[in-house]
Amino acid sequence: MSKLALKTFTLLQTVTSVGLSALAWVVTGVRPIWNGSLPSDRQRIYFANHTSHGDFILLSACLSEKERAITHAVAAGEYWGKSRLRRFIAEDMLSSVLINRQWTKPEENPIEIMLSVLDQGHSLILFPEGTRNMTEEPLLAFRSGLYNLSMARPEVELIPCWIENMSRVLPKGQFLPVPLLCRVVFGAPVTVAPGEERRAFLDRAHATLLALNPRPERDD
Amino acid sequence: MRHDVSILIIGLLVVLTTASIVAAILSARAPKPLSSTLVNLTQRINAWWVMVALMTVAFFFGRYGMTILFALISFASLREFVTLTHTRRSDHWVLLGMFGIIIPFQYWLVWTAWYGLFVIFIPVYCFLLMPAITALHGDTERFLERIAAQQWAVMISVYCVSHVPALLTLDVPGFEGRNLLLIAFLIIVVQGSDVLQYIFGKLFGKHRFSPTVSPSKTWEGLIGGVVSASLLGALLSFVTPFSPLQAACVAFVVCSMGFLGGLVASAIKRDQGVKDWGHLIEGHGGMMDRTDSLVFAAPIFFHIVRYFWTV
Repeated sequence: MSKLALKTFTLLQTVTSVGLSALAWVVTGVRPIWNGSLPSDRQRIYFANHTSHGDFILLSACLSEKERAITHAVAAGEYWGKSRLRRFIAEDMLSSVLINRQWTKPEENPIEIMLSVLDQGHSLILFPEGTRNMTEEPLLAFRSGLYNLSMARPEVELIPCWIENMSRVLPKGQFLPVPLLCRVVFGAPVTVAPGEERRAFLDRAHATLLALNPRPERDD
Repeated sequence: MRHDVSILIIGLLVVLTTASIVAAILSARAPKPLSSTLVNLTQRINAWWVMVALMTVAFFFGRYGMTILFALISFASLREFVTLTHTRRSDHWVLLGMFGIIIPFQYWLVWTAWYGLFVIFIPVYCFLLMPAITALHGDTERFLERIAAQQWAVMISVYCVSHVPALLTLDVPGFEGRNLLLIAFLIIVVQGSDVLQYIFGKLFGKHRFSPTVSPSKTWEGLIGGVVSASLLGALLSFVTPFSPLQAACVAFVVCSMGFLGGLVASAIKRDQGVKDWGHLIEGHGGMMDRTDSLVFAAPIFFHIVRYFWTV
């Protein structure tokens, strides 16, 4: 890429990220609650509940400009890679990392793709449920990616992040957001204990994330 | 600048400066680390500086400034209110309509001074059509709760709040061109009453007014705050069409309404299990934590002025 093209490219990403963060604030008044971890520029995997396309915008709006520049959301390649426009939005404007959940070729291996991003010193936003949760359940079971990444790169912090209310702001199939207040609760880092089994770790990470929900739906 | 406006602004500056100095002295003398009450007091006073500055700016932009400012206050209040209520996916279009149609249309009615529709648009048309739309979506789960919460949300955060800028549409003989001062009077007296209730409550509060609803409201705070705010109203009669006695009576009524508004807001928060409506204003909580008294006072003040002082 020429120098000018690279500059334009960075400018586009900065403008998009600042613009989206401002929009997120106007619509949701989004506010981070640091409950067990603190803002830091160390390398991290933020893992969060997933109910809406707006989730990662909200999460990255809670990060500093500097962290946002090196933090990439992991998104589904089947969806975001479908057309050139979608790919442009996901990769060029939002600097997301696209992975295919149904991969066949070795170079499509999602773990390898995510590891290559981590190896550049960048951070990730990961939705371990693997898809947007459209059920009445607060949080679906986790897929294994989180465990595999942590085993491969144990020095990277895994931060659980509970995103509040986004399913109400932008429900599935809707385009216009309803303004509702949202908070993102950042919990204490989770690590794989020595000898811990895959499923046991994933369930523990799942429970840790769920426990961050500041206002669980009341039974009434 | 008009004489009475200058006196109001200077008065506010003196009060705020005094408050900041008192808070600074209290903080300097208090043992460290500071108690949460003192930290909160300083945050509240700082937020007051910002709020007074914003109101003053809006004041100088006149009708534009006030209409836009209160439309934004409605937006922030409605957002906090709806966040606390139970909503379902099928409510999406009704919720969008509340923000995208009801707020702009109600403030357009204020702007054009279309009184006849202004007073009935929400309580007649919206109250009938909103549940109809919800029913058309076919989702009856917790139906009554959802439509009731939606109606009360627009009632409080849009209908009641819009009565503040609507004061600009009243024709009070001999008071032409000075209606902005009615808004200043209402806000200073009602918010003053809140502050005075807080001060009297902190200094002398012993007997809880309603322990089940709000732990912070006491009889001492209520009586001390409302009586002193009524006196403040009498002092401010020079910016109103009222005599000092009338101003005191009007102030007494609106401050009593303001107290009830705060009580209702506390009951809603308690029912929903939260302490504050939101986090927009440092030290105070959300927008609704500041406007809960104003929303109950504004329509009553509007109708008192309209009934007794307009032709």
